[in-house]
Amino acid sequence: MKSMGDMLLTKTPFAEIVMGNTALVRAMIESGTCVVTSYPGSPTPEIATAIQSIPKEKRPFYFEFSTNEKVATEVAYGAAVNGHLSTVFFKSVGLNVASDTFVQLALMKLIGGMVIVLGDDPGANSSQNEQDNRHLARMSYTPVLEPSDPSEVYAFYKVAVALSKEQMMPVLLRLTTHVCHAKEKVFFGGWAPEPIDPTPRFDATHENYIPIAAPLVFPAKRRALERLNGLVFHDKLLSLTKVVDHGNKQKGIITAGLPFLSLMDVLDAAAGEKPDVLKLGAVYPLPKTVILNFLQTHNDVKILEELDDVFEKEIKAIAFDKGLKTTISGKLDMEDWIGEYTPDKVADILRKTWPALLTKKRDLPQDLPPVPWRPPQMCPGCGHRSAFFAIKQALQDTDITVADIGCHTLGFLPPYEVGKLLMCMGASTAIGSGLRLYNSSRNVVVFLGDSTFFHAGLPGILNAVFNKHAITLIVMENGTTAMTGHQDHAASGKNFNEPTEKIPIRQVLEGLGVEHIEEVDTYEQAKLKALVEKSVAIDDFSVVIARHPCMLKFTRERRKKPGYALYQVDIDQDRCTQHFTCVERFGCPTFTRASDGKIAVNQDLCIGDGSCRQTCPAAAISAPNKA
Amino acid sequence: MENFSIYLSGVGGQGIGLISEIMLRAADHAGFRVKGVDTHGLAQRGGIVVSRVRIGNTVHSPLIMSNGADMVIALERHEALRSINTALKDGGIAIYYNTVWQPLSVRLSQADPVTEADIQNECERRMIRHYCVFHETLVDARMQNMVLLGHIDKLNLVPGIATEHYCRAMADLLTGDMLERNAHIFNEVRQPTEP
Repeated sequence: MKSMGDMLLTKTPFAEIVMGNTALVRAMIESGTCVVTSYPGSPTPEIATAIQSIPKEKRPFYFEFSTNEKVATEVAYGAAVNGHLSTVFFKSVGLNVASDTFVQLALMKLIGGMVIVLGDDPGANSSQNEQDNRHLARMSYTPVLEPSDPSEVYAFYKVAVALSKEQMMPVLLRLTTHVCHAKEKVFFGGWAPEPIDPTPRFDATHENYIPIAAPLVFPAKRRALERLNGLVFHDKLLSLTKVVDHGNKQKGIITAGLPFLSLMDVLDAAAGEKPDVLKLGAVYPLPKTVILNFLQTHNDVKILEELDDVFEKEIKAIAFDKGLKTTISGKLDMEDWIGEYTPDKVADILRKTWPALLTKKRDLPQDLPPVPWRPPQMCPGCGHRSAFFAIKQALQDTDITVADIGCHTLGFLPPYEVGKLLMCMGASTAIGSGLRLYNSSRNVVVFLGDSTFFHAGLPGILNAVFNKHAITLIVMENGTTAMTGHQDHAASGKNFNEPTEKIPIRQVLEGLGVEHIEEVDTYEQAKLKALVEKSVAIDDFSVVIARHPCMLKFTRERRKKPGYALYQVDIDQDRCTQHFTCVERFGCPTFTRASDGKIAVNQDLCIGDGSCRQTCPAAAISAPNKA
Repeated sequence: MENFSIYLSGVGGQGIGLISEIMLRAADHAGFRVKGVDTHGLAQRGGIVVSRVRIGNTVHSPLIMSNGADMVIALERHEALRSINTALKDGGIAIYYNTVWQPLSVRLSQADPVTEADIQNECERRMIRHYCVFHETLVDARMQNMVLLGHIDKLNLVPGIATEHYCRAMADLLTGDMLERNAHIFNEVRQPTEP
C-alpha cells in the first residue's frame, strides 16, 4: 500500500494521483509553512486527513483543530506576526465566524505571511447556503486566487505564499467543493526540509498592530490599498492567467475556477468557431492589462462567472472607463446566479448567450421510471434516533423545536420532524430565547451538538442564563464532531496531537450558572422522555445532556479490534403484529418492509445495538445474536 | 482511447470511495489520463454517494454531463436505476450489485421499491447493456464493491483496463489482511474455480 504520509514527505520530485485537498498539503510542506489551523467543515476536512497521515514527530509544521474558525484564524494570525508562515483553512460559512478577525488582517503587517484557504460550496452540497466569499475578500482588501483543479491547487498555494511573504499581507486561496475533491495526477516538485527558525520576531516598536481610530487605522488602510494596487501588475499574479487561443477575433469568454473546465468540455462539442478563452487565476485584484487587451481584441465577450457577478461588474467598469465598444454580456437571468457551473449548466448558459455556438441540445431520455428519493438519515444505532423518538413523545405538537448544525439536524426529516428551524453554528439557544418572548403557551426546546456547544454555543447559553429565558436546551452529546468525519473537540479527551483532560459539558454549564441540568444516555428512552417532560415544565433555563457515543465511530473502532463479532437483531415473525413502530416512528434504516407488510432486518446494516427493542409494542425484536 | 466516463453511485457506507479510487488508479496504471471526483455531501448519513471517473486525453472537467456517462456502476438497486435515469447515455453499460437499502419513503409505504424487472425493462427500452450481480456467500457487506469489480474485469467492461491494472490499484490502496480479503473476493468472482 502506498502511504500518503510517506508520499507527502518525498524529497525528490514525483507524480501521484491525489485530490485537491491532498495536493494542498504537499504545497504547504514544500513552502515551509510553519503553523496550520482549522475548524472541520466540508469540503475541507480531508486536508486534515492528509496532515494526519504524517506521524506527529515527522510532521514539518504545527497543526491544530481550534474551537472555531475565528479562533483558528487568530492562532494563525498570531503565528504570522511572530514571523511564522501560517495557513488557516475552513468551509465557506466558516468565514462568517472568522470574519471579525479576517476583515482586519489586510491592515496588518504579517511578517511571516499568511494564507487563508476557503472551501466554498457552489451548489450548496453540504452547506446552509452557497455564499460567494469573494465579497468578504473585497471588503477586506484581501487578494483571491482561484484554482480549478488539484494541479492548480498545488501551484496556486505556492504563489499565494510567495505573494503573502513578499507583501506581508494575507492572501486567500478560494477552493470550491469539486476542486477540493477532484482527483488527478499531480506533478510535484522536490522538498528540501529546512529547520524552523524559532525566533519570536513580533515587533511592535517599528510596526503598529493597534487599529484604533483614524490616526492609526488610515495609514494601515492606505497600505492595504497600496499593496492591493501593486498586485494588479505583479508578474506572479499575471502568471496565473491563461489564454486558450482559438484564433477567434469575434467572440471571447472570460472565466475562472472550475467553470473553466466545464467550459472546455462544452466547447469540445461546439458546432461553430470556438470562442477564445481568458481564464483568470487571480479574481481579485484583476489583471487589468490582460483583461483590457482581451476586450480590445474581441468584439463580443461573455463573462462566465459562478455565483455572483463580482468580476463581471469590474470588467464592465474597465470597459466603460476605456470607452470600449466591445459587447459584454454577463448574467442573463436569475438562474445564472444559482448553483454550481457544471458542464450542463455552462452549456445552458452558452445556448442562452450564443444560440448558434453549440450543437442542438441532446435529447435526454424521457418517461423515466420513478425512483423514490433517498434523503440522508441517521446511521443504524445512532443515539440521536433514540433521543428524537423519546423527545417527540415528551413534547406537544405545538411546541417549538430549534435545531443547530450537526448530525442531529437530520431530526427535522420524517419520521421525527423535531427541530423546525435551523440557522448556523451555535444559533439555536438564542433563537429559542427570542421565540420565548411574548410566548407563554408554546414550550421552546432547542438542540445543540457537543462540538457546536464549544464552537459558538456558549454565548447563547450564557445569554439565556443571564437574561432568564425559560427554554430547554438538549445537548446531543456524541463525543465527537461526527458530521465532518469524527474530529475531536474539547470534551473528547484528546486534541489533534495528544491526549488532553476532558472539559466536561456539565462543568462548563455549571460554571455558566445553569441551575437545572439533567444527564441521560439516549438509549434510556423512557428516562429521557421523563427528564424532558420535567425540564420543559421548569420556568427557567434548563438543560438536558442527552448522551450516546457516535455509533458509526464506535462500530468502526470495534471492527478493528481482534475477536470482533457482528451481532444483529432479528424479527420474531410469530410475535410481530405489524404495528410498524420500528419502520414508521423509530425509523432505523435497518428495518425493511415488504409489500405484504412483513418486517425484516437488513443484514448489510444492523449493528446489533438493540436500541430498537424497547420501541416494539409486541416485543418482536430479538436480542442481538451473533450474525 | 476515446473518452470513457464512468458514473458510480451507492449509499453512504457501501464502500463507493474504494471502488472509485481503484477504477481511477487502474486507468492510470493502464497508461490513460484520468480524472475523478466524489460528491458525498451528507452521504455518510445514509444518503446518496456519487463518484465519477473520466478517462481520456480530452477530458477537462471531472464532472459528467447529464446522461453523458458511458457506464454506470451502482452498489444498490435504487441507486442503479436513479443513475441510469440521470447519468447514463442510451446504449451505455450498467452494472449493479443487487442489494436493497430501502429509502425512507419505501419503508413508510409511501413509494414502491425499485425491482430488478424495473431496471431490466428500462435498460431494454434504452438499449443499455446491463448486468445484475450478487454473491450468495459473501460474509462482509462492505466487500460488495469487490464483487462488482471482479465482474467488471471478467466482462472486460472498461476498454483497455486489464486484471493486472486493477490488482496494482488495489495494492496501492490496501495492505495486509484487508488487501488479501478484498483481492480474494475479486479473484474468486473474476475467475471462478472449476467445480
